[in-house]
Amino acid sequence: MTSIPTRESELERTVLEPLRRTPTGFYLVIAGLGLVMLTGVAALFNQWYLGLGMTGLNRPVYWGIYLTNFVFFIGISHAGTLISAILRVTQAEWRRPITRIAEAITFFALILGLLQIWIDMGRPERILFPFLFGRFQSPFLWDFTCVGVYLMSSMLYLYLPMIPDLARMRDRMTDAPRWRRWLYTLMSFGWHGNAEQRRRLEVAIGIIAIVIIPVAVSVHTVVSWIFGMTMQPMWHSTILGPYFVVGAIFSGIAMLFVFMTLVRRAWHFEKWIGPKQYNYLGLLLLVMSAFWGYFTLAEFLTTGYATLTHETEVLHAKLTGEYAPAFWIMVVGNLVIPFAILVRRNGRTPVGTFFASLSILVGMWVERFLIVAPSLTRPSLGLLPAVYTPSLTEVAITAGSLALFALLFLLFFKVFPAISVWEVEEGEEVDAIQPKARELAHAAD
Amino acid sequence: MPRWGMVIDLDKCFACQSCTAACRMENNTPIAGKDQAEMGRAILWNEVLPFVEGEYPNVNETMIPRPCMHCDDPACVKVCPVQATYKNEEGIVLIDYERCIGCRFCTVACPFQVRYFNWFAPEWPEELKAHLNPDPEVAPRPKGVVEKCTFCVQRLRKAREKAEAEGRVFNATDYIPACVETCTGHARYFGDLDDPDSLVSQLAASPRAFRLQEEMGTKPKVYYLKEG
Repeated sequence: MTSIPTRESELERTVLEPLRRTPTGFYLVIAGLGLVMLTGVAALFNQWYLGLGMTGLNRPVYWGIYLTNFVFFIGISHAGTLISAILRVTQAEWRRPITRIAEAITFFALILGLLQIWIDMGRPERILFPFLFGRFQSPFLWDFTCVGVYLMSSMLYLYLPMIPDLARMRDRMTDAPRWRRWLYTLMSFGWHGNAEQRRRLEVAIGIIAIVIIPVAVSVHTVVSWIFGMTMQPMWHSTILGPYFVVGAIFSGIAMLFVFMTLVRRAWHFEKWIGPKQYNYLGLLLLVMSAFWGYFTLAEFLTTGYATLTHETEVLHAKLTGEYAPAFWIMVVGNLVIPFAILVRRNGRTPVGTFFASLSILVGMWVERFLIVAPSLTRPSLGLLPAVYTPSLTEVAITAGSLALFALLFLLFFKVFPAISVWEVEEGEEVDAIQPKARELAHAAD
Repeated sequence: MPRWGMVIDLDKCFACQSCTAACRMENNTPIAGKDQAEMGRAILWNEVLPFVEGEYPNVNETMIPRPCMHCDDPACVKVCPVQATYKNEEGIVLIDYERCIGCRFCTVACPFQVRYFNWFAPEWPEELKAHLNPDPEVAPRPKGVVEKCTFCVQRLRKAREKAEAEGRVFNATDYIPACVETCTGHARYFGDLDDPDSLVSQLAASPRAFRLQEEMGTKPKVYYLKEG
């Protein structure tokens, strides 16, 4: 990371390749995702024009898959910052090639999460009212506050460690279009890698890496409190805060696996994102799966053992009622498949973790849905069990949101390097200085 | 300052639903239509709910008219992120339709499901449209906001205006909501719960009196008198 080497290393060449050349396949992917996104945008405008009646929502099921998406995306946002910050603070060397991808996932997932709230509003033009007339007693206000802080800090956390790489691109990519050279120059803020700049950057990254951990925990806790603070059956539960945080980290790691495996394959990062990352992060994913299973058991057993009428009705809707298929998809997706794959050393490969992660992402989305919808279908006062069937509008907007998420990620890494070059180089230096310690560490693997 | 409350005598109620109809005409609630109503999107500030207990042949059905409970400690008010819903000085829970952002947090927080959402722009058949209540306070609500029973708060304003015009002091008995006025069986009572001499405060203290879901702790101001 010191002064920029005169010749391009192999790492640099590989990482900058996708920034320099755009194969036809890339345009096709962008076009495909763009089409899905535009369908969602059209559905959204239609919904704004006609009203939220275009959804399948009703009384008493006032919240549906927009809120599910909100919780899901905010959960995904824990991929990055939290994982990368924890690994940075604990000095896990293998984190270096994957932190940038993780941090980008965080930032874009947060944007998508906030977007879901806007999509769900009956009066979208009043989006600024919570800032103008906010009531701090409302968990929604807690959410705007925490997510806002998290958005700012994760933007900073994505940007700060990118400064040395931006300076390198400023110097290297002299043949890039003008706007990009201008962007790199502006964003690298006169970085030349001297000792004072490096010291300051390290201090700044060190502080934000620690500060961002409690912020991230607070974010998903207050998301759960939107539900937990009401008196609805199976929402009003003290376990919800930690349960949401565990699920968030769990689904976040899964999303990281999906993106990093795709990027690795498409842009040939095999040399840097390798067995070590898949093995260690795979173990972490397995541990989170076990945690999630434990929390789920604690929640369901406590509710089921007691005989409180309304709680039991919702529990039965999930276990044996109309939500039972979804419940078992969730259990298989979050526990059975991940355990079957990840428990074995040779399951923690790119292919193995990729499929385990896809299964977890489906399972965790369904988990979020099973928290949001069933509680509302069993109103406590004299109404019959309600039915909620998401409409085409909701499906189109959800698909569009996922496409937009992937689009933002891809376009971002067309302009900025997907691997933190200077940090990986720094890791190689650390390796060179402490060969003995490294060897011992490898022997212990 | 009065604390408005209601008492409904279930012995006198025979579930004729005239309260529901009177409420609709007084407050301009839109007609959802059959399909939307089947989806659970009808807007009825007052509903008569059937509670069925037991199994055939030992079945007991109680019909309970349900306006907004106007709780003293309302679950809906504190969750509203923009202070659009609030409890006024006289204990009536109201909504500022110009303020509501349509997030529907209050609708899921209310344990009585008394809050309704405008899924589409409001509509009426032509015949009914001519008979909408012209009072600007009950002007049709736009799409995307939440609405609910207000204890006909516009009638309170009118009663005060009338008393003033007639040069006399406003009396709590001057004001009653449309459902109370129309009730065929005289089952509904309305008045000031803080006045120990008022009929409602005396009925609310009766051994037959109960409130819905008292265990939720929201302190509803609608009391019921048990059947039988």
